[in-house]
Amino acid sequence: MAIDRSKYSLREFLAFSGAKVLEDKKSVFVGTGLPIIAAALAQKTHAPNLLIVFEAGGIGPRLPELAISVGESRTFHRAVAASSMHDVMSLSQCGYVDYGFLGAAQMDMFGNINTTVIGDHDSPQARLPGSGGANDVASFSQRLIIIIAAQSKRTFVEKLDFLTTPGYLDGPGGRERAGLPQGTGPYRLITQLGIYGFDDETKRVKLLSLHPGVTVEEVVENSGFDIIIPDRIEVSPEPADEDLRILREEIDPAGIVLGK
Amino acid sequence: MEELEQCKGQLVGWHDPDEAREWVRHNKSRDLKDKTMSAQEAVAQFVSDGDFIASGGFGHSRVSMAIIYEIIRQGKRNLTMAGKTAVHDLDILVASGCVNRVEVAYSFGHELRGLSPASRRMVQTGRCQVIAETSNAGYQWRWLAAMMGLSFVPTRTMLGTDTLAYSSCKVVKDPFSGKPIALVPAAYPDVAFIHVHRCDVYGNAQVDGIIVEDFELSRCARRLILTTESIVDNEVIRREPWRTSIPFMVVDAVVEVPYGSHPCEMPCMYYYDEDHIAEWLRLSRTEEGVDEYLQKYVYGVDHFEDYLELCGGVRRMKYLERREFLREPMTAPWR
Repeated sequence: MAIDRSKYSLREFLAFSGAKVLEDKKSVFVGTGLPIIAAALAQKTHAPNLLIVFEAGGIGPRLPELAISVGESRTFHRAVAASSMHDVMSLSQCGYVDYGFLGAAQMDMFGNINTTVIGDHDSPQARLPGSGGANDVASFSQRLIIIIAAQSKRTFVEKLDFLTTPGYLDGPGGRERAGLPQGTGPYRLITQLGIYGFDDETKRVKLLSLHPGVTVEEVVENSGFDIIIPDRIEVSPEPADEDLRILREEIDPAGIVLGK
Repeated sequence: MEELEQCKGQLVGWHDPDEAREWVRHNKSRDLKDKTMSAQEAVAQFVSDGDFIASGGFGHSRVSMAIIYEIIRQGKRNLTMAGKTAVHDLDILVASGCVNRVEVAYSFGHELRGLSPASRRMVQTGRCQVIAETSNAGYQWRWLAAMMGLSFVPTRTMLGTDTLAYSSCKVVKDPFSGKPIALVPAAYPDVAFIHVHRCDVYGNAQVDGIIVEDFELSRCARRLILTTESIVDNEVIRREPWRTSIPFMVVDAVVEVPYGSHPCEMPCMYYYDEDHIAEWLRLSRTEEGVDEYLQKYVYGVDHFEDYLELCGGVRRMKYLERREFLREPMTAPWR
């Protein structure tokens, strides 16, 4: 298996990889779970002035502990504003959000996400929660980051049962044709195997780096669609001891997300 | 305007803007009058079978649980609920058979705690119907359109997705930019319930922390039941009127219920009761467990105070207060 479990857990690695994508002095609109942890780690390491935004109205908090919900009081702890959803969503629609950050279960080659239903919509095999704020985050953010903890043929699919949240829709120009804000869309994708980008021309998933010990074959085998494999592939950086200490002692000491 | 896409979700809660104005003229009093009553009276008077209902707050935060329990006790039926990040409230209303239709932005889940066994079972066996999809922004802009007295609000979210295709929106060509734009239809719930930190007997209310979408929801609901942690003198409101987020004339009932959001959080006061939520998540895996929970915590008690005693009383509430202020460690008993 890919990741050296004697040093860190898979989820710790994913949170670290997510944090690395985020930049100081930029804003990020985060979803529940790993995205919150990644943003908190970035804020405590290389991006102290990362502006974290929550959909229910928390703007710019200093997260004191893991937020269980994107609408709870931790999301406006020592924040610059405790506002409203209308405010946050409007600011996002206006272009104030640099990064959107979402977890996902099922995705296609253009970064479109399903969190609504498995099977038929009106008589579902499995009913899932729906969009929540995910569609809005993906519609409005300049660049979307997606984490999928379990890449496989079941989660990387040729065709989604339901297109809940927009990636590049049907490919190049798809978002603009539909009316979504210009120049937006998926930017990075992080799984247990590697870190991916999206090809400029085709807007399809493209491998950027493999996690230590992972092979290209594993990446290819664990996908229901063709992933673009470039000639040059990096190795994903590993978390340093200090990153792990912050994750374990400051961000999620109870292991609620990272311990899973 | 050129219509580009007609979506297939069922339109719920929409009224013609002139009809909506007429309703307000005849049914919303501008008289400063005492609206205090019990939860039993408020639900009996303002919630009817078949209503379209909406619950304030967000997820498990600042939820009017005293009203939710009372709706179940009074056996209301065929309710349609706004699934605007509705979690525990929606889950037990669906599980108890009160709500059988939902318009979904986020439903059937408990965020980080996992999915809702009870309400998913009801959907997957056809006993609860999803009548439309939308997003969180999409939903709260339905309230915004209604509170503005308009038919719709335009937005650039959801375009190109199945979420939009299964919503009750329309897509048109924006007459200014020439680009496609989604029109989110106004929604006026028949009744909404919002839990606030404090209000006076007339319903002038203050909310600490994020207001989420209750600014809009309070103003568009045809009937609004406020539950409040405490009732304060009108003078408290008038001393700092800039803190009023809900003014009295949109309020129909005021119910004083300390700890009235339990087991959900009341920001700046008390935290989630994770043990209680975990008990629900465990019991609701089976239909028998749902019955056991409802028998114990809803049908078995007449008043919210008795329910709080069952949940550990003052001692437990003091713990939840310390937890809110980070003086107790995190727990995750549902893991």
